[in-house]
Amino acid sequence: MIAHAIFFYVFSIIAIISAIMVTASKNTVHSVFFLILDFISISCLFIMIGAEFLGMIMLIVYVGAVAVLFLFVVMMLNVAQQKNQWFNSEESSGHIPIGLIISTIIFFELIIVVGGWKYKPELSELSTTQASNEISNTHSLGQVLYTDYIHVFQISGMILLIAMIGAIVLTFRQRAGVKTQSYLKQISRERSEGVEVLDVPSNKGVKIDD
Amino acid sequence: MEYFNIIFEEVYKILFLLVPVLVSVAMIVWLDRRVWAFVQKRQGPNVVGPFGLLQSLADALKYIFKEIIIPASANKIIFILAPIITMTLALIAWAVIPFGEDQVLANINVGILYIFAVSSLGVYGIIMGGWASNSKYPFLGAIRSAAQMVSYEVSIGIIIINVLLCVGSLNLSDIVMAQQNMWFIIPLFPMFIIFFISALAETNRPPFDLPEAEAELVAGYQTEYSGMMYAMFWLGEYANILLMCALGSILFLGGWLSPIDLYPFNLIPGAFWLIFKILFLFILFALVKAVVPRYRYDQLMRLGWKIFLPLSLTYVILTASYLFYFNLLPKI
Repeated sequence: MIAHAIFFYVFSIIAIISAIMVTASKNTVHSVFFLILDFISISCLFIMIGAEFLGMIMLIVYVGAVAVLFLFVVMMLNVAQQKNQWFNSEESSGHIPIGLIISTIIFFELIIVVGGWKYKPELSELSTTQASNEISNTHSLGQVLYTDYIHVFQISGMILLIAMIGAIVLTFRQRAGVKTQSYLKQISRERSEGVEVLDVPSNKGVKIDD
Repeated sequence: MEYFNIIFEEVYKILFLLVPVLVSVAMIVWLDRRVWAFVQKRQGPNVVGPFGLLQSLADALKYIFKEIIIPASANKIIFILAPIITMTLALIAWAVIPFGEDQVLANINVGILYIFAVSSLGVYGIIMGGWASNSKYPFLGAIRSAAQMVSYEVSIGIIIINVLLCVGSLNLSDIVMAQQNMWFIIPLFPMFIIFFISALAETNRPPFDLPEAEAELVAGYQTEYSGMMYAMFWLGEYANILLMCALGSILFLGGWLSPIDLYPFNLIPGAFWLIFKILFLFILFALVKAVVPRYRYDQLMRLGWKIFLPLSLTYVILTASYLFYFNLLPKI
């Protein structure tokens, strides 16, 4: 039990510190690395409460894919050189009220959730399905997702698909004058169409049309 | 005191796993070079020790005594962290590989997801090394490598789903035990081919070694590394290759099971069979390196997204419908 508590506090402290460092560090790439550390420690917490499937999926999806894309964008845009000017420039201070409003909303939401859990335990018991110890985490998750919540699950999949198509449509544009290599053309080329032997009369030259 | 005993026991177990893995990584480097040389009618490393077996040891000694150079403009912490992360991730994944019934360090429920997660974390070692070097070739190599690994992880994930449909469990031991009657390579043969090619791309092996294509990028993300840090990248890379071979033999070749369940064969311990299978897959890896020319980058991306992804998705649907129609879906 003591070891469990120690690990819990270690991971939570790492998660909180790295979450603070995400916003506090001057270098954007460092922020993304702290975000990754945050994800990893949170997935460790998931594993500690017995939700091993969620923890692993968190690692695979967020750390293995989403954060890599974050890193890509941050590195490609080269914002690393741009120093953090949010707090000392005049124009950027206009963003502070918005941030304050959002953080107050999140704070009150947290109070409602934690308060409900603390003072109305019967409410939170209603909304949670008791996990049985006989079948594994993955099995029980699959059973709940594909039976009780199948419609919600399918709808969320559709929404994700639409979002994906939308993102592709928004960013896709055909530029003029871009030469692409056609795969089929390249492998079906033969010698007769690649090389042509010409008789070149001297001082006249030939005209090559392509 | 009891705590200490438990910890010592665990440390002993971990060492018993990791030391052979590290030694076999060194041996496998030698094997790789030998196979490569034999295909090209050369001798390969044959001077140090019998058959040149100690070549990797000599190389390691050389790396240890070389100076570690950290570029002045590099981001020092991340620069040093990158090879450490690569090697650690390559080694921790071995914790869940079963070498026999109950011969596994951590028999966890979500073993296959664990390996998948660890191998998807492997991108970070490369991308951190490339970015922290603060120079153009490593950076380009890292970007290429990350894009390549993320793309091929998708197809590996879907291939794993194929196997899981037949097993009904994420536990690696269960996956092996489900192959007692028939190895999955027989019903899922196309998936095995795609898995093999994706594993080549995932571990940056030739013909997909674009991240370190020496003609274009010097050595990719390893350009600025020297001495022991370079050796750690190298060890991590080969440990990852071995891990992919182990995963392939567990998913498709029946892990520790003997090919024929008859008297003289099932006396051989399961670990040997697993090692044979890993070696078989690794020799295939080495042969591919010697035989096939390097891909172009757009061809690589096309292969991953436009061919492997639709093919493996179609096969998922086929497998699922077959199992459903003939009522073969695994029961919990």
